[in-house]
Amino acid sequence: MNKATKRFAVWAVFALLTAALAVTAAGCGGGGGDDKSSSESKSNLPSSIGPGEGVLNLVEWPYYSDPGFAKKFEQDSGCKIHRKDAGSSNQMVSLMRAGGGGGGGQWDLVSASGDASLRLIRGGDVKEVNVDLIPSWKNFIPIFKSPAHNTVDDKHYGVSLQWGPNVLLYNTTKVKPGPTEWGALYDANHKGQITIPNNPIQIADAAFYLMHSQPDLGIKDPYELNQKQFDATIALLKEQRKLVKLYWNYDTDGRAAFANGDVSLGAIWPVDTLALQDKKVPVKEVIPADGATGWADSWMLAKKAPHPNCAYLWMKYVTTPKVQAQQALIFGETPVNPKACSFMDDIQSGSCAKYHLNEPLDYYDTIKFWKTPIAECGNGKDDCMDYNAWQKAWTQVTG
Amino acid sequence: MTELAEAGALRGARLRLSTALWQRPWLKLSLLLALPAAGFAVVYLGALVSLFISAFWEVDAFTAEVIHTWSLDNFRTLWEDHTYWRITGRTIGIAAAVTITDALLAFPLAYFMARFASRRTRAALFVLVLLPLWSSYLVRIYAWRTILAKNGALNWALNAIGLPDANIAYTNWAMWIVFSYVWLPFMILPVYSALERIPDNYLEASQDLGAKGSRTLRSIILPLALPGIVAGSIFTFSLTLGDFITPALVGGAGSSFIGNVVEEQVGQPNIPFAAAFATVPVVVMAIYLAIARRLGAFEAL
Repeated sequence: MNKATKRFAVWAVFALLTAALAVTAAGCGGGGGDDKSSSESKSNLPSSIGPGEGVLNLVEWPYYSDPGFAKKFEQDSGCKIHRKDAGSSNQMVSLMRAGGGGGGGQWDLVSASGDASLRLIRGGDVKEVNVDLIPSWKNFIPIFKSPAHNTVDDKHYGVSLQWGPNVLLYNTTKVKPGPTEWGALYDANHKGQITIPNNPIQIADAAFYLMHSQPDLGIKDPYELNQKQFDATIALLKEQRKLVKLYWNYDTDGRAAFANGDVSLGAIWPVDTLALQDKKVPVKEVIPADGATGWADSWMLAKKAPHPNCAYLWMKYVTTPKVQAQQALIFGETPVNPKACSFMDDIQSGSCAKYHLNEPLDYYDTIKFWKTPIAECGNGKDDCMDYNAWQKAWTQVTG
Repeated sequence: MTELAEAGALRGARLRLSTALWQRPWLKLSLLLALPAAGFAVVYLGALVSLFISAFWEVDAFTAEVIHTWSLDNFRTLWEDHTYWRITGRTIGIAAAVTITDALLAFPLAYFMARFASRRTRAALFVLVLLPLWSSYLVRIYAWRTILAKNGALNWALNAIGLPDANIAYTNWAMWIVFSYVWLPFMILPVYSALERIPDNYLEASQDLGAKGSRTLRSIILPLALPGIVAGSIFTFSLTLGDFITPALVGGAGSSFIGNVVEEQVGQPNIPFAAAFATVPVVVMAIYLAIARRLGAFEAL
């Protein structure tokens, strides 16, 4: 064999290998998504919870199965919890979608926030839950029984768990007088002092601000923006970028920036306020009179959940008043079950009022809960910007 | 009798096989390398190929499922939206700045280690150069974040000598410093090995011919060290180019790297767009490696 033939042979082998791999890759990708479109019918729902399978695999926000209350569940149900902490909504979605979707046959439940939940429902990663098997569900604050972020076409894909507002946090020694309006985050006087979450859903915060400061734009819901409203919001965010010191990826990063004095006001969560105040950092949180955006988390059942009984037992357990109160105070959030109020006050007096669990129903009108933006605006029109557009615009703002 | 014949036949076959292999060394070599090469192809090329293929797919806006239709839309978006040009430019620019910084920092130290240090000092310096690699990359980045913070060690030191605060936390300057720090050992080692290989008599010959120190450096040492510098630069450049953790932790507003956008898109999830953008550093590295090969970098590895 001469040199030229040899070289040809080497290249032929290489090309064949590459081609074979390409076909395999294409084939693998092609086969994955077929079984997702079949919809669950009511008759497929379990009518009772069977005995636990001994294991429960959770994708969760850190501390969402804190041993403080999860130990008792493990003892009572015999379901040993394996937890995977997620740092962001995007990470939760990718975890649930890995391995062909539906939780990959590995995960049972995911504690999805409203900016992830519709993506999971639409992507066929979660399945319908029979809420009749979760006794506390009947006691939930009405807006959390079938909220738009976990219920589609009257089908529940999860049970609401806890919620919290996105608060305006400021350093009391550096920002005087303390801000009372969201406008502070768009005020050039605070240039280089501001931190904002690095999350496309943050566009809704700017839209929420415009909803009140520029009523002529006609924004009714900060998650349903037509092109004109969206463009105005993005223009505002591009202005805001000049003032922003840090777009935090994890709330602990935002927390560190406050603690190290790098920022003195920003949007963050109540849990971070508590952590900073614990460390004697002089910060104070406000929820402006106009209200705030907020997140509400749901435990959602993976389509391919390998331990559905343990999953139902867990959903049943964590929505009971006492556990709701325990979790709320560990994480710094608000239960969806109002019966948790007295238990909260038992653990920490005054905490029920502090976390707004005793508010009248119209209080919830001021909180706009995260939901994944979609093209259908609910008014029969399809002219809203969807999450793809939000993600793209967010990259343009922050990148 | 038959046993003997069989044994003979077997022996004959073995002999023929070994003769065949001996006559055709390429066959022997390919049989030997087939298995590891196949493994390599599946793991490395397979990943790259499947990445490249999915870059031509799209994601359904409603379900976020991957649609397997071929289109160039992802690449068109990358081309037309100047956001991605800006991010690519920033990524390459900082990678280049880090590479140059590391080369400038590494050369004197490597030169000292290779040519002046006693055996013992050299060993000590090696340990010091490699010591940071014993601790986690994340720990070192977090350490820098506390150093550079407003209430951090840097400003404290500056204030102590009467200088004002340096506001470099959460900026591109912070990224440049942290990257230059974390990848420095990867530059020092190849430069050291290149410098160590320069024979002493070259330098003596240069001196004998009347060249001053600067001329010797320019005409003898630098050309001979260049392959080492280029080899080191492959590490510093490619490691910076592909990073997303440092920008996420010490970068501020407008510090996104290609890796950050890829990570966001994977999480969205929009794998095809992430794949399309991820081909950009692959192309950049291919060009970089082609240039590095020209400069003889692979002889120093």
